[in-house]
Amino acid sequence: MRKLTQKIRGLKKTTKVDFATYLGVILAFIAVTLLGRFGLLNRSLTGMLVPICAYIVMAVSLNLTVGILGELSLGHAGFMSVGAFSGVIAAQSLQGAIPSAPVRLAVAILVGAVFAAAAGFIVGVPVLRLRGDYLAIVTLAFGEIIKELINCLLVGYDSRGLHMAFNVSGSLTINDLGLEPDGMAIIKGAQGATGTTTIATFTAGFILIMITLVIVLNLVRSRAGRAIMALRDNRIAAESVGINVTKYKLMAFVTSASLAGAAGALYGLNYSNLAASKFSFDTSILVLVYVVLGGLGNMWGSIIAAAVLYILPEALREFADYRMLVYAVVLILVMLATNNDQLKALAGRILPKRKGAADNG
Amino acid sequence: MAEKKVFEKGKMVPVPSVSIIPERDLGKTPILECSHLGIDFGGLTAVNEFNITVGRTEIAGLIGPNGAGKTTVFNLLTKVYQPTRGTILLDGMDTHGKTPAQINRMGIARTFQNIRLFSSLSVEDNVKIGLHNQEKYSMVSGILRLPKYWRQEKAAHERALELLSIFDMEHMANYQAGSLPYGAQRRLEIVRALATNPSLLLLDEPAAGMNPSETAELMENIVKIRDTFQIAIMLIEHDMNLVMGICEGICVLNFGQIIAKGTAEEIQSNPTVIEAYLGKQQEGGAG
Repeated sequence: MRKLTQKIRGLKKTTKVDFATYLGVILAFIAVTLLGRFGLLNRSLTGMLVPICAYIVMAVSLNLTVGILGELSLGHAGFMSVGAFSGVIAAQSLQGAIPSAPVRLAVAILVGAVFAAAAGFIVGVPVLRLRGDYLAIVTLAFGEIIKELINCLLVGYDSRGLHMAFNVSGSLTINDLGLEPDGMAIIKGAQGATGTTTIATFTAGFILIMITLVIVLNLVRSRAGRAIMALRDNRIAAESVGINVTKYKLMAFVTSASLAGAAGALYGLNYSNLAASKFSFDTSILVLVYVVLGGLGNMWGSIIAAAVLYILPEALREFADYRMLVYAVVLILVMLATNNDQLKALAGRILPKRKGAADNG
Repeated sequence: MAEKKVFEKGKMVPVPSVSIIPERDLGKTPILECSHLGIDFGGLTAVNEFNITVGRTEIAGLIGPNGAGKTTVFNLLTKVYQPTRGTILLDGMDTHGKTPAQINRMGIARTFQNIRLFSSLSVEDNVKIGLHNQEKYSMVSGILRLPKYWRQEKAAHERALELLSIFDMEHMANYQAGSLPYGAQRRLEIVRALATNPSLLLLDEPAAGMNPSETAELMENIVKIRDTFQIAIMLIEHDMNLVMGICEGICVLNFGQIIAKGTAEEIQSNPTVIEAYLGKQQEGGAG
């Protein structure tokens, strides 16, 4: 036991934080599962477990773009949307081919991740070459464009395969797909995905969080992650030591988008009805708030912020109308507090071992 | 005196007529050859007709009054700016159209006048970022932590500490780079540049803000770096003790033009240089 303690002391501080994050998530999962077993969770909280997992993954993945890469993305919900609807289509149409729900869920999440990664690549290639706030502007537009595109999308599945139509004129309905009698509609335009078999589970959400954490934390502590953080801290210096700017920006951005897609697929398969309007600008900002409140580049902060801030409005249901107002005020306060030298000095006195010279573990 | 042309690497290498290359480097391809290098910003000619040859293990100095275009020359060499005219040959290879990152991979590393560290990262990570192109594992082996990752990360860790030991900075490895004192930040920048395994190291005012004893130590270290790594070093510096003490060839720049090239003694007694620094001496005047 003492040997183990010594070994833990000998680890680097970053490694310790990573392990504490994994451990915290595992303990939280065990605690919540046990509470559920003994019937101590009320119905509304049980219903929130999967969305919380999805939003935690969203927050961690957005933190990769905003905190680690240092680029502002305002359309993260767009990638979630791409993942959600491609995941739902995959899960619904594979019902016959893959009877096992957990396997189908895994496949759907993978499909969602791949499609969102492709979307991230298409958005990122031209935009990440630019400097300044262009990424924020384009991702903002991307989120809105995806929402409108899915509003026009009609998808159905029958014995002949997948049918798709694009309802540009607004006159088409699901009947125009010409489905066989045994077919089913998967996405009905503005109504979104309807009649989805809900196969998302809390355990799957927990596994997805763990995978996301492994990907993001291990990426950050690797050669590629250091290159990404170097770009954030000083682009000119990073170039001067031979780092390919576009390659590493794109790597971080596409990874972030694909994780958002995975979160979207999990989220989408938790509801039998899901409209594209769910993934609006508000959702992007909500996730950004989780990231900023949790701390840029701080993964466990994102996890806690996402979980607490998702539950809070539901718990204070009567204040739900003022939710966005409260968020705005909290966001401004946090920004003021983190940029206040006096508060920083105070925090430095209370937590002397936080950063810098004293950090020698 | 050396011959006009020397045979090396299967081709004739011209030896520049006005050479300040030290004796030992003659006969080898110079690490850097600039000819007719120049850049205009709008209508303003910042650097013009910049011709210089730097030997493979030479310590060269670039001096001149403020605003003479010294840092602009460094930015041209590292392609932060693309030159308007002229060519830069690095180890005999043309660097036309390369990006700053490619230039670094070709062998030029630099430090900056206003320090540019990755200030939120640790000292060790700063050096490891310099080692970026010498580590070869992919993103996937990094995420899955395959044996390749552990092997190369261990090697990078050891190499980083070894490089930091040049300036006795191993004990600072876990400090945050931005929290270091000013002198240590300058030294860390040099270590980071060295980590990229350059053949030419450009130092932009390495002694700025250092006291005389720190400067003396830095001088020793610059020579030590040249001797251990067998690389060429080119430095911009206002501290004349440093420049005259260690630079074998010195190039003086004024208003974007080279006004003198030569050894320390030659430069010190050159009337054009004295004029550029101190102004024209008045006839029989005392002052």
